[in-house]
Amino acid sequence: MSQRSVTTESAVVRFLLIGAAVLVLSLFLLLPLAAVFVEAFRKGWEVFLASLHDEAAASAIKVTLLAAGISVPLNTLFGVSAAWLVTKFKFRGRSLLVSLIDLPFAVSPVIAGLVWVLLFGARGWFPQTAMADTFAPAARFTAWLAQHQGFGWLFSDFAIWLADPKIIFALPGIVIATTFVTFPFVARELIPLMESQGSDQEEAAVTLGASGWHVFFRVTLANIKWGLLYGVLLCNARAMGEFGAVSVVSGHIRGETNTLPLHVEVLYNEYQFSAAFACATLLAFLALVTLGMKSVVEHFTRHTSSDHK
Amino acid sequence: MKTFKLLTLLSSLLTSSIFADELLNVSYDPTREFYQEFNAAFAKQWKQQTGKALTVKQSHGGSGKQARSVIDGLSADVVTLALSGDIDAIAKQGNLLPADWQAKYPDHSSPYTSTIVFVVRKGNPKGIKDWGDLVQSGIKVITPNPKTSGGARWNYLAAWAYADHKFGGDQAKVKEYIRALYQNVPVLDTGARGSTTTFAQRGIGDVFLSWENEAHLIEKEFPGKTQIIIPSISILAEPPVAVVEKNAKKHGTEELAKAYLAYLYSAEAQDIAGKNFYRPRDAKALAKWSGNFPKINLVTIDKEFGGWGKAQKIHFEDGGTFDEIYKGR
Amino acid sequence: MSKRRVIPGFGLSMGFTITYLSLIILIPLAALFLKAARLSGAEWWAILTTPQVIAAAKLTFGASAAAATVSTVFGLLVTWVLVRYQFPGRKFLDAMVDLPFALPTAVAGITLTAIYAPNGWIGEYLAKWGIEAAYSPLGVFIALTFIGFPFVVRTLQPVMEDFGSEYEEAAATLGAGRWTVFWRVIFPMFIPALITGFTLAFARAIGEYGSVIFISGNLPLKTEILPLLVVGQLEQFKYEAAAVIAAAMLMASFALLFLINLLQRRLNWQNH
Repeated sequence: MSQRSVTTESAVVRFLLIGAAVLVLSLFLLLPLAAVFVEAFRKGWEVFLASLHDEAAASAIKVTLLAAGISVPLNTLFGVSAAWLVTKFKFRGRSLLVSLIDLPFAVSPVIAGLVWVLLFGARGWFPQTAMADTFAPAARFTAWLAQHQGFGWLFSDFAIWLADPKIIFALPGIVIATTFVTFPFVARELIPLMESQGSDQEEAAVTLGASGWHVFFRVTLANIKWGLLYGVLLCNARAMGEFGAVSVVSGHIRGETNTLPLHVEVLYNEYQFSAAFACATLLAFLALVTLGMKSVVEHFTRHTSSDHK
Repeated sequence: MKTFKLLTLLSSLLTSSIFADELLNVSYDPTREFYQEFNAAFAKQWKQQTGKALTVKQSHGGSGKQARSVIDGLSADVVTLALSGDIDAIAKQGNLLPADWQAKYPDHSSPYTSTIVFVVRKGNPKGIKDWGDLVQSGIKVITPNPKTSGGARWNYLAAWAYADHKFGGDQAKVKEYIRALYQNVPVLDTGARGSTTTFAQRGIGDVFLSWENEAHLIEKEFPGKTQIIIPSISILAEPPVAVVEKNAKKHGTEELAKAYLAYLYSAEAQDIAGKNFYRPRDAKALAKWSGNFPKINLVTIDKEFGGWGKAQKIHFEDGGTFDEIYKGR
Repeated sequence: MSKRRVIPGFGLSMGFTITYLSLIILIPLAALFLKAARLSGAEWWAILTTPQVIAAAKLTFGASAAAATVSTVFGLLVTWVLVRYQFPGRKFLDAMVDLPFALPTAVAGITLTAIYAPNGWIGEYLAKWGIEAAYSPLGVFIALTFIGFPFVVRTLQPVMEDFGSEYEEAAATLGAGRWTVFWRVIFPMFIPALITGFTLAFARAIGEYGSVIFISGNLPLKTEILPLLVVGQLEQFKYEAAAVIAAAMLMASFALLFLINLLQRRLNWQNH
């Protein structure tokens, strides 16, 4: 009992702190969430379910999952690599690099979309027509492959894309815009964590003759797993919820290039408020699901790691 | 052209016909309900005529943003926007259609028109009757930001036209009126539908300057809460349509796109327009829905302001009169 | 220097990091700067010194700094409570922290406006006190705090969870009071993460668009934010002018980020 008192506060202080935190969270987070749910169910269950059953909604969910499914793993890979580089080594321009990694946060979503338009737009650096000419031989070759070598389903879609390589106002544009916006999340989560842990353990392992990959998987990964998990969750939540940048490059073609957040906007603009908020609750649910997964992983790993020790 | 050849080659090779009749209509915000109905009607007609199924894909957004998307490569076959200025930009900056596009269809290529009216709270508690009442102290006016919203520019110009007539063209007085008007605006949303929400859902403001069709939609969506006031003078808004020829050529949809827009002038389409609170050009449809469309003294942008290009430059560009009236507040 | 020799993977991680950074971030941003560079210095100056831009810059950076500061204070409190204490509903609240990410910013804006508008759940009471929450700079601040808050919590959380109690115990054994232990032992350990959280919240706030435009009211010179001016330029098909404002915003935020990162490095040096 006496040991407890030195590492925690008195009951009164604890109570006050918890109370304050709950108050802050309620005002800032629970109230908006409650508002979303109240709006979503204002017209009852049927409207709620019907709005999720809609064809356009299904397509929006698909696009959202695809975009997040591609951009999150890419950014995770980058995050680990960048954090390793920045925290394990000293080199010139390190501060500059860290600031550059942060940069996408400060880029307004409007601009994050605009840059891709400047690159791949009809009047940009790599317009679709120019790329179509460049890719034409590849398109013919892929079409030939599709006809003669099996995998027709795979190659024919690819051949069609190569013949008319759409980047913006199509799925690839949505993916790259999402990747841009969620770029720093994993790296930013890992850097302070690995910084505070130092590299003594890795150095010891290397001195004992372990290979680089071995050190990474056995030592580093075990130490950073929480930060990594938070980073991925954060990255994923943001990837699915991104609105501004995607709105610029999507073209808003209903049933084709609308993501879930864009679909919410569309519904809202059609005065279908309940349907709009129903789809918004879906995004909130996704956040809850990822958090639930986190708890499961947490529980599981706590178990195994205590076995280890 | 090259792309088109390669595409036809591929589609014949791969049998998966990517040219199952498909059309992309890039439009602005308040036309959703109208085009939903019109597309169904046209698809039915197209099927009868050609035996082919047709899917019309829709994209909606702010008029300027949509024009920008088309310029930057959104492959619209047809555009149906809020301002001729936006289609002019597609012609000028994107070179996607000829500069004389507006002469291709009757009535300046505007198959339906609209105007700006007032929406007030039920019973009109502040007794608002005309533009002059909007500048009284204590009146709160809701309108979007003319810098980001096409509809807001129509609002501004309608107010300007009123003042211009009232003060016999005295520029200083007109500007003073406009300044007083915008002093009464507590919120400038970025788009027309944002303003609708502010007025109807948030309950902010006493009067909302709105597209006529939006005003009717608000009455439908928020029954019993608002009523429409017709001012003594307003502006004739002509939302134009055009085939984006370069894109249609590439997709091989020229004939389809032309037929699609031409059908907007048919009796059936004009009827749908009237039903959705757009003023039909067709006299018969107009007569049928005349209950929705009270007579207003409407000025045109060409006569009053010398066309969109000029109006845009004088009023809305950086350093224009809109910026001027906000200076030194 | 010898450190570099010990741990492997410098070349690989450097190569991958730089390549990916260039492809996803640097080349696109270069396109932006090249677009802006088509205008002369005088034109830059003319665009950036209009009263609208100056007023919007003051609001954007001021409200972002204020929001990030408040987020950091609340973030520390909330993270501490979530990590250190057990109480009913803790897991649920923990999950809720990510809400601002998952909610599309437009929905966040609409929802916050619904709550803080004069006829909203909270706005009603604030209005009685004569406080205008929505459609004022305060509204901008509220939206930015909402957007930035999770950054602080999620940055601090893993650091706090990894933080063993040895130090506290040692300090306490040496006779230090709880308050002293917190400020002298615990708090300094969290400073790097807190600064990171602040930076992220701040940087994110500067660029935020979707949620702010609903709650701010967008009145010229009063509640217009910089990203809105960029959109305004685009509406006039002035890509170059839009790129100029965007580029200036970027340079300002980058300078700030760089300073904060330098500061953090300095603090880390002192800590070790």
